[in-house]
Amino acid sequence: MSTFRFTRDHEWVRLDGDLAIVGITDYAQSQLGDVVYVELPEIGHRVEKGKEAAVVESVKAASEVYAPVSGEVAEINEMLTTDPATVNADPMGDGWFIKLRLDDPKELDSLMDEEGYRRFIEEQH
Amino acid sequence: MRYLPLTDRDRGEMLAAIGVDSIDALFADVPSPARLDGLVDLPKAMGEIEVERAISRIASRNVAAGSIPFFIGGGAYRHHIPAAVDHLIQRGEFLTSYTPYQPELAQGTLQYLFEFQTQVAMLTGMEVANASLYDGATACAEAVMMANRLTRRRKAVLSGRLHPHYREVCETYARFVGFELCALDPAPGGGEDLTKLVGRDTSCVVVQNPDFFGEIRDYSDLARNCHDAGALLVVVVTEILSLGAIIPPGEMGADIVAAEGQSLGNALNFGGPHLGLFASRDKFVRQMPGRLAGQSVDADGRRSWVLTLSTREQHIRRERATSNICTNSGLCALAFTIHLALLGETGLTRLAHLNHAAAVALAERLECITDVRLVNRAFFNEFTLRLPRPAATVVETLAEKGVLAGIPVSRFYPNRPELEDVLVMAATEMATAEDMDRLEMELREALS
Amino acid sequence: MSDWSRAASARLAEHRAADELAAPSATITGNRGLQIEEKLIFEQGSPGRCGVDLVGSFPFRARLGGLERQGPVGLPGLSEPQVVRHFTRLSQKNYAIDSGLYPLGSCTMKHNPRLNEKLARLPGFADIHPLQPVSTIPGALALIDTLVHWLKTLTGMPAIAMSPGAGAHGELCGIMSIRAALEERGDRRRRVLVPESAHGTNPATAAACGYDVDPVSGNLQGRVDVGALKAKLDTDVAALMLTNPNTCGLFENEILEIAAAVHAAGAFFYCDGANFNAIVGRVRPADLGIDCMHLNLHKTFSTPHGGGGPGSGPVALNAELAPYAPLPWLVHGPDGLELVEHKKGEAQQAIGRLKGFHGQIGMFVRALAYMMSHGADGLRQVAEDAVLNANYLRVRLESDLSLSFPGPCMHEVLFDDRFLKETGITTLDFAKALIDEGYHPMTMYFPLVVHGALLIEPTETESKTSLDQFADVLKTLTAKARSGDAASFHSAPRWTPRRRLDETAAARKPVLRWNPEPMDQQAEK
Repeated sequence: MSTFRFTRDHEWVRLDGDLAIVGITDYAQSQLGDVVYVELPEIGHRVEKGKEAAVVESVKAASEVYAPVSGEVAEINEMLTTDPATVNADPMGDGWFIKLRLDDPKELDSLMDEEGYRRFIEEQH
Repeated sequence: MRYLPLTDRDRGEMLAAIGVDSIDALFADVPSPARLDGLVDLPKAMGEIEVERAISRIASRNVAAGSIPFFIGGGAYRHHIPAAVDHLIQRGEFLTSYTPYQPELAQGTLQYLFEFQTQVAMLTGMEVANASLYDGATACAEAVMMANRLTRRRKAVLSGRLHPHYREVCETYARFVGFELCALDPAPGGGEDLTKLVGRDTSCVVVQNPDFFGEIRDYSDLARNCHDAGALLVVVVTEILSLGAIIPPGEMGADIVAAEGQSLGNALNFGGPHLGLFASRDKFVRQMPGRLAGQSVDADGRRSWVLTLSTREQHIRRERATSNICTNSGLCALAFTIHLALLGETGLTRLAHLNHAAAVALAERLECITDVRLVNRAFFNEFTLRLPRPAATVVETLAEKGVLAGIPVSRFYPNRPELEDVLVMAATEMATAEDMDRLEMELREALS
Repeated sequence: MSDWSRAASARLAEHRAADELAAPSATITGNRGLQIEEKLIFEQGSPGRCGVDLVGSFPFRARLGGLERQGPVGLPGLSEPQVVRHFTRLSQKNYAIDSGLYPLGSCTMKHNPRLNEKLARLPGFADIHPLQPVSTIPGALALIDTLVHWLKTLTGMPAIAMSPGAGAHGELCGIMSIRAALEERGDRRRRVLVPESAHGTNPATAAACGYDVDPVSGNLQGRVDVGALKAKLDTDVAALMLTNPNTCGLFENEILEIAAAVHAAGAFFYCDGANFNAIVGRVRPADLGIDCMHLNLHKTFSTPHGGGGPGSGPVALNAELAPYAPLPWLVHGPDGLELVEHKKGEAQQAIGRLKGFHGQIGMFVRALAYMMSHGADGLRQVAEDAVLNANYLRVRLESDLSLSFPGPCMHEVLFDDRFLKETGITTLDFAKALIDEGYHPMTMYFPLVVHGALLIEPTETESKTSLDQFADVLKTLTAKARSGDAASFHSAPRWTPRRRLDETAAARKPVLRWNPEPMDQQAEK
């Protein structure tokens, strides 16, 4: 199943087997501007839904990336360390941040689906 | 009033344009209990001649270091500043410009900061340096906090030979920022085993080289021990000129260097403004406090300079900043850069050698005095003596005789009787043979 | 070609494509009249050359413990003429107060008097060592004491901590003192309230001292929402950090009520004194219920900004906080002024040292010279002219730019980017176009409470003519922005020594020093 789910803080998450992949949305990257640096957690680190999981920095801002779901960090996207621009180029694909081993798949249910997120962004303006 | 361009006529026209009768209307938001209707109880405006006279009178009550034989160091050193330095820093474009946040209008500032950072990295033997901090002591505290962030540990070990002010500043930050310090006792001349204090919970060990007593050591072994335990080595340098003559901390394995740059380009100024230097390794750069000038290109592809990695700083990161620092020591850094540009490689080496030669000459004289013992095995331009009587009294007596003979260590450690007889003296390129004659004569008399 | 260079070239192409108004054709040297392309000192030196003549008296006999430096430092050798020319050329690339109006909000870019420089260089101040026997420097203590007296009188506070090295350092001093006082009370509080409009140093300082930062929202009048503030005030709040006048340039008219509420909750009222220029001589912070306030000598009291420093941030303290002031203390003893350097006697509870030695005496001399030159009457006039100048700009500009909050302002006026709506021009573009007109831009994108902020602080040292010229330029630029000429704004500035910089590349692959190696190899490391 590869449906995206979204948070109000503009993170996305989708299941890939038993791992949940997390990144920031296209809207988020456009707001940030050119990403210059990404600070990723260590593998094995535990994150909690709604708490800080990573940090993304652009020239003018630094933003926390909050975990949309709780779990243990299984993989991190090393490519972002050498080429942070990937977040801008392909935020929903190659620009993923971390993969989590989920505590509870049901946590995904309370997140917005694509349509819901699209409406949410429209309401922002 | 020469600094206020508005005339009463201007004020009238402007108030009319704004649509109010008086300036008081523009202060209407001030609650009436807090409004001062009259003037505060301070003198009224004085003319330039009067101000000059009043302030000069205060200045003349001080004994200027250059007017008498002078041998004080202790973290601030009296050196010759080439005349060109002060003229250049007073150019209005340097003196009255702001932080270079608009790089297109500040390539002058940004380029000299880039040159300054390079000079500091070269001197300290490190990979990267920032655009300066307030002074050496705050740089030392920032170094410890950076080590804490990098190692995710909260306990720092401080050598007993660290300048006491630096230790005290670290203690203040430790108490409020929330980390632990293990500070050893000051023991001039004695041994100090820092290695046995390094554990799995140690973030860093802080040493000073040359130390507060002037001693020079090789910290390469200590660096290795720290790294084996996952800790960092912070080396403090209070006399930056020493790095023109001795092995720099970077070549001993230091991870962070926190130093005082006042010796180059900057007068004593009674302790401020001074110049904090901060250098480290490339891999740690994102945890470095303070500003950083970096290289880039502009829209025409020309090499340019710009403040960079700003997202670490308070104006963007706010509560998650690496530090709350906003100001650097800009003009003092410029003075440093100009002075070092004038000295160059040969001048720096020569100046360092002149300092050492003067200190050696002085030490050789003084250790000949009966019951005066030189504590150091090695030193740069500052060394420690043990006297047959309390150093504080000797220094006061000599001051009355018109000789500034170093610092009694008891001034820093009033509760340590074992340090009562300890005197730290410095001799720079400014000390003459006549000065040393006077000092020796007065010291012999004071001790007889 | 490295990735870095490739990306830089791509950007270059983008800028050139957008650049319809071509720059004048290049010269042979790349110089443009008085604007000289200047290399780094490291690229100009010759070995053996030196710009200082040093002659020694004593023979060199090494007693360096065998730890002599082995390799060279790597410094370039330059003669004095070369060094003077190098730094002179660099200076010519800088904008400065001496060159023009510097409308940076909350920075108070007023004229830096040269008398200050002359007096700070008197040997009796510049050539004294902080550790000389105190009997040899009574004038230094007298200087500090005199400045303390002036600051006490202007703030109405009983004590001033003089050692902090800058404003942010002063904030640290203030919050540390507050924490010490609370600990002494046995009162453990964990939060500090900070308005959303606050300068970044405020939350950074509170967080550094171990507090959780709790933001307070503003109201539609641009001031703190007192209802929201009161809702957050409980016994877990250590302090409120408020800037007054605030960062929107407005006086917090409910400040007495705010102070009362803060005190009723047992918390301390900290004031960020960055904007003191608006009220100096007309209002005393103590009369507003403030417990603790830092001052910026390099803002209100004219000490030079020097390209970013040095500053000085003395902190005014109330009677309850005074015992915690950092060392050293200056006290009036039986035999005159004394320097207390240890935690003993009255200074038992001092928080300790925040800086080496005793404070920024070089800046104290300058500030005192400035204050004495103005006097009580002149300082009051400073505040009035500062407020007058800002309001004059407000009325001249409010029909062109979008004023964020209605009504009079204090010493600075806040606009936002609504006036640029649908022009395709951002606050940044507008500011860069202003640079081409010969002005340093106003503060941009701060405070964060409005979109695309433009904060203008003219200060009292601008003449009416200067203000009129500035207003005229802004009005014309606004008209130009609205006329649809977005391209010229996007490619601004065109007339500066450098055009817009690639800040992204600088941050992605930082190059923070010169190295004696080619650039390509450096980027690939």
